[in-house]
Amino acid sequence: MSVALTRAEPSIAGVGDYLELMKPRVMSLVVFTALVGLLIAPGHVHPVIGATALICIAVGAGAAGALNMWYDADIDARMARTAARPIPAGRLAPGEALAFGLTLATGSVVVLGLLVNAVAAALLAVTIAFYVVVYTMWLKRRTPQNIVIGGAAGALPPAIGWAAATGSLALEPVILFLIIFFWTPPHFWALSLFRCADYARAGIPMLPVVAGERETRRQILLYALILAPLGAAPWLLGYAGAFYGIVALLGGAAMIALALRVRAEAGGEATNKHAASKRLFGFSILYLFLLFAMLLVDRTAVGLLGHLA
Amino acid sequence: MTAMDAIMTDANDGAKYEPKPEPGIKLTEAQLRARRARSIAIALALGVLVVLFYIVTLVKGPGVLVRPL
Repeated sequence: MSVALTRAEPSIAGVGDYLELMKPRVMSLVVFTALVGLLIAPGHVHPVIGATALICIAVGAGAAGALNMWYDADIDARMARTAARPIPAGRLAPGEALAFGLTLATGSVVVLGLLVNAVAAALLAVTIAFYVVVYTMWLKRRTPQNIVIGGAAGALPPAIGWAAATGSLALEPVILFLIIFFWTPPHFWALSLFRCADYARAGIPMLPVVAGERETRRQILLYALILAPLGAAPWLLGYAGAFYGIVALLGGAAMIALALRVRAEAGGEATNKHAASKRLFGFSILYLFLLFAMLLVDRTAVGLLGHLA
Repeated sequence: MTAMDAIMTDANDGAKYEPKPEPGIKLTEAQLRARRARSIAIALALGVLVVLFYIVTLVKGPGVLVRPL
């Protein structure tokens, strides 16, 4: 009996490659929304405990990113946007990314559970598992609803932040969850409209690839119509002040206006065909950032006024 | 063969052989540099974790493990 032995080449992966695995830009949005959830929660959280929670959430998000890059290395290599990532570029072996991701995922959940609380740790574990197993392994290559359902993973960080501060959940973090959940489809479908060829080449059934651009533009508008009132919900339900309400209403109206322009863009001229989609994609990031930043400003202002009174 | 003959033979044989290369993988300069950088990063991460646990223990007090779920 002969056994073929293969020996892995010694790694040339640098620290920067591992950091890239953690998707730092996605991580920054995750940390920001978690910070807002943490700070708007009732009661007082010790700064050290709050910082520990944020570090764990950041590392957990990084772990999910690393496991996603491990599993998706084959399709990343076929897309221009992702071909330079560490694994398809050959700077890092898939096994290294898997070990890194699993270590960080386990570590972040355990540390969050030990140092902060079990509810937050359980939510972080669900978030990582949902992103890696449900979105990456199951839905992404099978259905155009991939980013709709998978968006739940990206929507959970404010709830984790809230749970880290209170040890429980309430209606307010659920509304924050719903805002990000309904924000995700118009955001990613706007991107997929101008990256359609890339997704088709990689064999990912994004909505424009499967159902066509016209249907995608229609659904972007539908989600924008749901998102705008949801964005204003914290004000309508009395969780935030009028300043937040004004920003949310104006931002929501702008989202709908841009989605209408994306809808009208269908069948437009070939030159600069996706200008409206690109504008909606860019504005959607600003819109989400503004909503959460205003919640923070609102809560800080209320706190300061309380102190002065 | 006397004991002296055996020693002389070994000495002559030794002169004929070149030193054998060390077994295992020889890392290149780039691989050594990358490994060193990774080792330092792991050490720093572990150091941060130790400090974090120390500070949180101070914040939470002696009853750090005594709490409801």
